[in-house]
Amino acid sequence: MKNMKDFSLLNNDLVPQHILMPENEVNKVLKEHYLDKEQLPKIKITDPVTLEIGAEVGDVVKIIRKSPTAGEAVIFRLVIE
Amino acid sequence: MIGTVPKRIKEIRFGLISPKEYRKMSVTRVITADTYDDDGFPIEMGLMDPKMGVIDPGLRCKTCGGRAGECPGHFGHVELIAPVVHVGFAKLIRKILRATCKDCSALLLDSTQKKEYLEQIRMLRTIGQPIEDITNEVFKEARKPKTCQYCSAQQLDIKVEKPSTYVEKDGTHEHKLMPSDIRARFEKITDDDIEVMGMDPSVARPEWTIMTVLPVPPVTMRPSITLESGQRSEDDLTHKLVDIIRINQRFQENREAGAPQLIIEDLWELLQYHVTTFIDNAVSGVPPARHRSGRPLKTLSQRLKGKEGRFRGSLSGKRVNFSARTVISPDPNLSISEVGVPLTMAMELSIPVNVTKRNIEEVREYIKRGPDNHPGANYVIRDDNRRLKVTDKNCEELAETLEIGWKVDRQLKNGDVILFNRQPSLHRMSIMAHEVKVLPHKTFRLNPAVCPPYNADFDGDEMNMHVLQTEEARAEAKMLIHVQENILSPRFGGPIIGGIHDHISGMYMLTKGENRLDKNDFLEMLRKSRISQIIEPEGTQDGKPYWTGKQVFSQILPDGLNMTYKALLCENCATCKKEDCNRDAYVTIRDGQLLSGTIDEKAVGAFKGLILDRIVKDYTPPVALQFIDDMTRLAIRSIMHFGFSFGINDEDIPEEASAQISELLEDAEARVMDLIIAFNEGNLEPLPGRTVAETLELRIMQELGKARDSTGDIAGNYLGLDNAAVIMAVSGARGSMLNLTQMAGCVGQQAVRGERIRRGYAGRTLSNFNHGDLGAGAHGFVKSSYKKGLSPTEYFFHAIGGREGLVDTAVRTSQSGYLQRRLVNALQDLEVQYDGTVRDTRGMVVQFKYGEDGVDPMKSDYSKPQTIRRIIEDVTGKEVE
Repeated sequence: MKNMKDFSLLNNDLVPQHILMPENEVNKVLKEHYLDKEQLPKIKITDPVTLEIGAEVGDVVKIIRKSPTAGEAVIFRLVIE
Repeated sequence: MIGTVPKRIKEIRFGLISPKEYRKMSVTRVITADTYDDDGFPIEMGLMDPKMGVIDPGLRCKTCGGRAGECPGHFGHVELIAPVVHVGFAKLIRKILRATCKDCSALLLDSTQKKEYLEQIRMLRTIGQPIEDITNEVFKEARKPKTCQYCSAQQLDIKVEKPSTYVEKDGTHEHKLMPSDIRARFEKITDDDIEVMGMDPSVARPEWTIMTVLPVPPVTMRPSITLESGQRSEDDLTHKLVDIIRINQRFQENREAGAPQLIIEDLWELLQYHVTTFIDNAVSGVPPARHRSGRPLKTLSQRLKGKEGRFRGSLSGKRVNFSARTVISPDPNLSISEVGVPLTMAMELSIPVNVTKRNIEEVREYIKRGPDNHPGANYVIRDDNRRLKVTDKNCEELAETLEIGWKVDRQLKNGDVILFNRQPSLHRMSIMAHEVKVLPHKTFRLNPAVCPPYNADFDGDEMNMHVLQTEEARAEAKMLIHVQENILSPRFGGPIIGGIHDHISGMYMLTKGENRLDKNDFLEMLRKSRISQIIEPEGTQDGKPYWTGKQVFSQILPDGLNMTYKALLCENCATCKKEDCNRDAYVTIRDGQLLSGTIDEKAVGAFKGLILDRIVKDYTPPVALQFIDDMTRLAIRSIMHFGFSFGINDEDIPEEASAQISELLEDAEARVMDLIIAFNEGNLEPLPGRTVAETLELRIMQELGKARDSTGDIAGNYLGLDNAAVIMAVSGARGSMLNLTQMAGCVGQQAVRGERIRRGYAGRTLSNFNHGDLGAGAHGFVKSSYKKGLSPTEYFFHAIGGREGLVDTAVRTSQSGYLQRRLVNALQDLEVQYDGTVRDTRGMVVQFKYGEDGVDPMKSDYSKPQTIRRIIEDVTGKEVE
């Protein structure tokens, strides 16, 4: 049997692109929207995707998703436990 | 006064009040059941003690010194001679009794178990989750042991006799637990055990569920009213308190006199009854306490519970002044922004006007007219805040003495801005600002074009009106919720206000083809519109000039409007003949002139009106409002000019058509028979994924559906485009070709759950048919038309199908209503911020861009990217695919 590691969630067409954001980019986004980190939408650390990209609690994940209205929508989520 | 500093609630904690606390918050002990003495003054230490607040004007509260209205009231207390159970906690008391030892009051669990549960409860508490599941398990487990783990005492069964009597059963011997016994047991429970039971011993000890002190609510929350006869009538709560105190006194006297146990127990039970009904007068198993008149008393719980209770009746919903309600009826000559208000209402409703240097003469005129002469005044408020009623007699005098700085309640008059509403208020267009037009008679009048946003019709609907009382409110209403600002619906980005029914028929008949109108007719059509100039005639006929219907319509279009689209009656031919369309369905408008095409629902109708949509978006709301006003007036004049009526005779079709239809239906039935024969012989080829029987059903349904549609085509052909029903269906005014088919051709297959009717007797639908008959007629196919009339069996099948429709709509509306309510409740606090993000009240982001694309649906073209195409068209003047 093949190793489970050979499959990546991210290869699935239905899983939108998740990108772990570097600190400076996070700050830029927060400043742009006058936000505290806690005001961002959340994503659980136990979420298969966050596990896959190796995010840690407190990180911000950038999600690029197909949208019926805008074509492509960018969402930022704070990783929580 | 204290409490004027704004404070923020950080935390709410619920607990029980201890007897100590009750005594501490009490300002007086109440010992007598009397209220007022012979002089009408409240008795000290009585139920109306002035320490508990005052309700009579002139007196001062003996606790805070406030006058009636200033003093919020203060609690008193009654010392109960014997403890009683608080009904609200009857269930909790039962659970605790069963979970604790009868001797040592220990919670009947092992220490390890207790520790485990305690840990779980604490964990759930820190993350703010409900602990009910754990505590329920604690009570369930602690009920099991037959002997106490700590003192080895034998545990007895506790039986509950409705609602608050607890009986301990030892074999056959029964022992009633008095509240004092229960209280003694509860007092011995340790803090640690209390916490395992899910309570916080610092704010809620179990023994506090047994009352030894009864708080007496402040006088202000149970005011007595003085009747016209001068007699006082006390509040229900006061009546109940009188009962409690009387029994309490009798109890004390009897006990001190050493009365026998039986009497004491009776009195105790009576005290329990009165305290119970004081708290809740609708406990099952307890007869409700009644007033002398036989009406059940409204006690504490009744004040809070239910639709009329404090929460649903007083806090979530309120009644307002300056509002009016009556039946609505149509008036097509009103502007869509107007509302006809009955004169009687206008004379009752008022608007406060501040008297200034500039308006004093105008206001004086209102007062002079008095309250019975329409634009008059009802009240004058002097600068010392005294309110004087304007009457016939004093109006002249008041007008003379009027001064700057006074306020005058002026009657409602033409042009005042009011809010108009129809329930259910499901979207924001359910409340819009209109201008008043005072009219005779008793109904609200409105232009039928504003029916769609309110979802109103005139079959007896009633609507509400609210008169705005401040300048700010009026300004806000005018700018935000005025009818003209709400022509477009944010739901689909198109107009929700527009022509309906006769407006559509009228425009259709006016603009279809080339209607030649003479000068008289031309002027008559535009009489009520703002058009005052005669244009060049299209041509001359018999030496007289004539104008076309398209020219008339062009008069009300704004200058510079360019549009090209296909009307509703377009048949989507393979190759479009454009301007030469033989149905006149290709609409072209150049510089506000209708050059070709017919105006129908797709042009000026509510929901679909493309011309309306274009005007609101390219011009301004006032232009659009003017257009709708002109359009509705023109449409009504047009329909009156051409004449329009519809009766059952309009469905008459010639003999040959009927013959064609019956032949067609016979053929269809024959084909159905062929299918059935093929099925019975096993020759029917099943469709993929279907059984043969299913295939047969599908094929029959298909065949019959086709047959019905063909009858419609035949009927439609014979009726012709001049037929009133056809005009309505084709222009989109009302009804559809299907309705016509059913009236003139054939009603068609009746279905239950999308299938032919199969229910009824065993093997057949009705006893008229043979067992196993699969034919069209035996399963709900209605050959007749509504005009012709249905046969008895057809009638019955039709009723079956009709019933399903009724049930469906009833279920659907209630379900979708509840779904919408839940959505609105969940989303009502979300707000689009200036940076385009959608956030809740805490500033938490819900969407980073509203709708992910940041587009306001009200300003988009039916949510489709049309703008660029339109700009190119406007610049080049050519059509872009």
